[in-house]
Amino acid sequence: MDLVQTFFNWDVFVRTLPMLMQGLGKTLMLGFLSILLGLIGGLALALLRLYAPLVIRLITIAYIDIFRSLPVLVWLVIVYYALPFVGITLSPFAAACTALTMISSAYAAEIYRAGIEAVPRGQFEAAQSIGLSHYRVMCDVVMPQAIRLIIPPLTSNCINVMKDTALASVVAMPDLLKQATQAQALAANPTPLIGAALLYLMVLLPLVRLVGLLERRFARGRV
Amino acid sequence: MSVNTNEAGLFSSGVVDQVPSENGDQVIISLKHVDKHFGDFQALKDINLEVVQGEVVAILGPSGSGKSTLIRCINYLEPYDGGDIYVDRIRVQPGAELIEVRKDVGMVFQSFNLFPNMTVLDNITLGPIRVRGMSRGDAQARARELLEKVGITEQMHKYPSALSGGQQQRVGIARALANEPKVLLFDEPTSALDPEMVGEVLDVIKTLTDTGVTMLLVTHEMGFARHVADRVVFMEAGQLIEEGTPEIIFNNPTEPRTRAFLEAVLAH
Ligand SMILES: Nc1ncnc2c1ncn2[C@@H]1O[C@H](COP(=O)(O)OP(=O)(O)OP(=O)(O)O)[C@@H](O)[C@H]1O
Ligand SMILES: [Mg+2]
Repeated sequence: MDLVQTFFNWDVFVRTLPMLMQGLGKTLMLGFLSILLGLIGGLALALLRLYAPLVIRLITIAYIDIFRSLPVLVWLVIVYYALPFVGITLSPFAAACTALTMISSAYAAEIYRAGIEAVPRGQFEAAQSIGLSHYRVMCDVVMPQAIRLIIPPLTSNCINVMKDTALASVVAMPDLLKQATQAQALAANPTPLIGAALLYLMVLLPLVRLVGLLERRFARGRV
Repeated sequence: MSVNTNEAGLFSSGVVDQVPSENGDQVIISLKHVDKHFGDFQALKDINLEVVQGEVVAILGPSGSGKSTLIRCINYLEPYDGGDIYVDRIRVQPGAELIEVRKDVGMVFQSFNLFPNMTVLDNITLGPIRVRGMSRGDAQARARELLEKVGITEQMHKYPSALSGGQQQRVGIARALANEPKVLLFDEPTSALDPEMVGEVLDVIKTLTDTGVTMLLVTHEMGFARHVADRVVFMEAGQLIEEGTPEIIFNNPTEPRTRAFLEAVLAH
């Protein structure tokens, strides 16, 4: 009764729901944009990592390693609070999106690379032997096989990006978590926080289930 | 005037004059002083070989002698580091003309290497559509003809994994033929097959010898090589040590190493 009144207060929930939904909208937008850019950037990085001339390859390796080591929060704070000192001022959304994309593309790059490297040499050779260009070898033969292998880890990576969007609240972006903490302050009641947690779960639990399903499916069938 | 200059330009880079062999046939593959290293190890040593249009050449030799490396240099799956290779008068080297060479050179692999993400039909039409610029309809019509030729029309909508090894290799041959190549390279096409399937693949290769396509065949099927080859070359330790007609190589090789090899393989 008391506990329910405190954590699951219906009145508070109804009153603060519009705020939460606004936050959810921002969170999803940030998440999807960062995921999309991260997937594209990751592919580009993976291809550079594998096929670019030595110098570019080394730079790419350094990039990938650095951004896989750096905590997301640290990089986000640097992008938002430190870059203005060199004249680059980003909105909270832009800063969060930049930071998340830069880091998720580094992770995605390693996943793509593993997928491409798992495609047997003979596939590249057969594709080259019929006269396909490098681009066609990758598009028609290698990537379709690599993607099937890496859909589960790539989906996992997307989940991580979506979760990391909550860090954007640190740079005052009105995302779901930020909105929830503000609503909590206004209502002097923690129900909005519980509401936010439930909304995160609603978005992410199905994705987590999906990864499990995909993993089992790909483990069963051959490529 | 300007037209002439253009024409000269068109045929200049990488294209040499037609080289007729002594008996007037057109040389389609020419290797001159070809060397190939893997690190410090020299896998090919000063290889010289000319193959004329329509010729069937069997390449024999012990394991590790460089047979695969040799034929893989011809379509530049393996870069060579010394000498020259020409296919139909185009020098085999990186660059735009490599695609031209590969259009003209089909390859059949020991482990088939069919594309598992495509149906049999798509495996065969990929080259003609992407490389020859054929329409899908034309490419499929051609693929059907080829599948008929190799005897597996019923399987064309299946994926390679649903086929037996012998069937997969026959698709591999159809795919290699799809670009209407002038040259076919075979790298031990039957070595990965169960014994009962070797025959069906050799039969298909046999039918190709009458079509005028030039073939280089690396094989351990001595009987077959002797039967279909116009010429046999023998390799050892990265060198081409002997060549001749099948009769000469199999009955009366001059090199003791060739003799020893043949005695060892033919013994069982
Ligand atoms: N990618 C490579 N890296 C290093 N060494 C290699 C490589 N490929 C081949 N070699 C070496 O080059 C030599 C020739 O190899 P190749 O595959 O051409 O022999 P082969 O005559 O085809 O033998 P087999 O009958 O076993 O197929 C061998 O000693 C092999 O170890
Ligand atoms: Mg070999």
